[in-house]
Amino acid sequence: MADRAQPVSATSGNIVAAGVAAIIFGALLAVALRAETGRGLGASDWAALRFTILQAGLSALFSVALAIPVARALARRRFAGRRVLIAVLGAPFILPVIVAVLGLIMVFGRAGWLSQILGLAGLPPVQVYGLHGVVLAHVFFNLPLATRLILQGWQEIPGERFRLAAQLGADGWAMFRLIEWPMLRRVVPSILAVIFAICLTSFAVALTLGGGPRATTIELAIYQAFRFDFDLGRAAMLSAVQLGLTVIAGALALWLARGDGFGTGLDRVVRRWDGQAAMPRLLDGAVIALAAGFLLLPLLAMTLSGLPTLLSLPQQVFSAALTSVLVASISTVLLLAMALPMAAAIARGRGGMLELAGILGLAASPLVIGTGLFILIRPWSNPLAWALPVTALVNAITVLPFALRVLVPRARDVVARQGRLAVSLDMQGWPFLRHVLMPRLKAQIGFAAGLAAALSMGDLGVITLFADPDVATLPLQIYRLMGAYQMDSAAGAALLLLVLSFGAFWLLDRGGRAHAEA
Amino acid sequence: MKHLVFAAGFLSAATVAVAETPELTVYTYDSFVSDWGPGPQVEEAFEAVCDCDLNLVGIEDGAALLARMKLEGASSDADIVLGLDTNLIVAAKETGLFAEHGQSPKLDLPIEWNDPVFLPYDWGYFAFVHEADAEAPSNFKALAESDKKIVIQDPRSSTPGLGLMMWVKTAYGNEAPAIWEGLADNVVTVTKGWSEAYGLFLEGEADMVLSYTTSPAYHLIAEEDASKAAAAFDEGHYMQVEVAAKLAASDQPELADQFLAFMLSDTFQGIIPTTNWMYPAVTPEGGLPEGFETLVTPEKSLLLSPEEAASARDAALDEWLTGLSQ
Repeated sequence: MADRAQPVSATSGNIVAAGVAAIIFGALLAVALRAETGRGLGASDWAALRFTILQAGLSALFSVALAIPVARALARRRFAGRRVLIAVLGAPFILPVIVAVLGLIMVFGRAGWLSQILGLAGLPPVQVYGLHGVVLAHVFFNLPLATRLILQGWQEIPGERFRLAAQLGADGWAMFRLIEWPMLRRVVPSILAVIFAICLTSFAVALTLGGGPRATTIELAIYQAFRFDFDLGRAAMLSAVQLGLTVIAGALALWLARGDGFGTGLDRVVRRWDGQAAMPRLLDGAVIALAAGFLLLPLLAMTLSGLPTLLSLPQQVFSAALTSVLVASISTVLLLAMALPMAAAIARGRGGMLELAGILGLAASPLVIGTGLFILIRPWSNPLAWALPVTALVNAITVLPFALRVLVPRARDVVARQGRLAVSLDMQGWPFLRHVLMPRLKAQIGFAAGLAAALSMGDLGVITLFADPDVATLPLQIYRLMGAYQMDSAAGAALLLLVLSFGAFWLLDRGGRAHAEA
Repeated sequence: MKHLVFAAGFLSAATVAVAETPELTVYTYDSFVSDWGPGPQVEEAFEAVCDCDLNLVGIEDGAALLARMKLEGASSDADIVLGLDTNLIVAAKETGLFAEHGQSPKLDLPIEWNDPVFLPYDWGYFAFVHEADAEAPSNFKALAESDKKIVIQDPRSSTPGLGLMMWVKTAYGNEAPAIWEGLADNVVTVTKGWSEAYGLFLEGEADMVLSYTTSPAYHLIAEEDASKAAAAFDEGHYMQVEVAAKLAASDQPELADQFLAFMLSDTFQGIIPTTNWMYPAVTPEGGLPEGFETLVTPEKSLLLSPEEAASARDAALDEWLTGLSQ
């Protein structure tokens, strides 16, 4: 493609991407350079690698395969409470891991609700521990995100397409083949890659639900290298393997997702004429009900177990909550400052490298990044004083891949549709961003900011490496309560976290819900 | 990056202001400094006698603490490291960062303690905790043959998990692989740390969880709940002895010595039982808190010396992994 005039410059996006890559590879290098010993990958590492790829691959496949019918049903149906449902379905994604796992166990565990119901019928309890348990938990975390992103893909199909298809008498299958399938082909690969990447670094979930050491992931091997063998070289090497896998998955996704979009429409509200018969309606209803049940029951279990102590929580929990809100706010600002220039640069058309840089944040082991940053900061300053800024920055980098998935498709359309007109009016750079791109990305920016705030609120991340007794975030305080036997208060604090994360997400995502009935 | 610099300056302003009084920095594990751990009371009590500022820094757990010391080396701000255990002592000594304590305290440990560098401040026995009204097996073989479900921790990421691995190795030696194979069908799952395992147990996911003989004391004393008990195993119980040492490169050597002496005083030792939920290394004058007398006291205490523990560790891990991967 020959260079043509573009309304946005790629410079700032390139700088941000280079910065993200520099932080991740710099931290990795800092760890590698501090290595004293070091040995190659042993048999157990290869086993960990195989299990990691297997579980991450299956988790990504199942999350997306299940998200497609849910998103399709939500795209086709309009019902009371639909917006609330879409927003609430996002909740599992933003929960801290340990809390969500306990919630899942309360429903699907050996003594969970499901097992109790089975017990009434004289059946044995559910065997949730094993590879299927790991996949179940990862689907629980990632199905909502996949659904939201695919739903967004559906909403970005110009309404005219459906109108035309309906006029031409296209049936459900033709509608799927002609309009929906090309959209999915563009949207799904990158979602698969993002979920694959996030599951690559899974450790506590995989181990707990995997039922034993067979469920050893690379992240656990990294942990072992750090904490059991004190072998930084091996930790760095394993982390490099993680990054390599993610880059391969990301590149594959970009290659699969190539192809043109739907071109322009008139920004009309999307109306569907297909699927109005009784059977599709019933099916869509069942799909939505099942997904809602699967995602909401564990949340309900968590709420019920947290309610009794919510109002009597110790004061330290509330000050930790304030700290978390502060970290989440900084994180959100940082994220937008990184994601918007990158999305604008990618929207110009050839942003493959930028997208790959954006996905790195997910694959980088928090332990390696945290340790690397610790090594880098220490000669200059007391790392403890940097606990909150570093946590906020690392959280923002972690959310970046999701934010790009949210922002890029729409940004690409806007640049394609409005770019030429803007260039001909000599409206480029900041004025284009401010008057054309950002207003049209309002919904997506809200969604991305909501994700950033909520994820940052719930992420334990690197704070444990930098923890200062006086500066605890809420997730850290939950772990401290659990470590002090106070499981009941921990459940209350977890509910508080759920409410805060979800509240932040809800507030920022409001724009998203206003967008074309999303 | 401007945000970062701004926020960092904001945060460090508070710490600069108190540079006048001498500061003693103690690196310890996170649950020690938490609001529910011994940290706040220890800080208040020591600052009342030392005319100094006690700066407690919490770093995850014992293994992370040692990893941190290895990273920071001799330039570390730490004057004292508190919270390693016998499994980490050899690796800690190899760093050459620690100095001899030069004290000869009378300790109330069930074993001899003569280490010139590391001083114990508390100890406990690992044990499987269960509901008091349920029957419990009385050794590993009975457990393996029973249909009791257990939750344990991974020795690669957790101190109690490592303790259990050493327990089986010490009690059974070459028979350890067979014990792990026998236990494989009893293990519901293996968790990253103690909190996850204990949480799963309280949710009813397993009949027993690996913890300490002192765990029921928490439920009894803090929650007035006598429903938890620890199973006494007749092959003996493996011990955890938690230790502290001062750094050779400390810029406050006298204060560090004063802290180590304070650590074994009645004040510090009296705080330990109901905050760290472990036995104090020196029984305070008033004795143990009411409720501790109800706890199981093992007939036999098992503990490998630091050197034995260091050399047994890697082979024991292989046996653990192989046995449980069946």
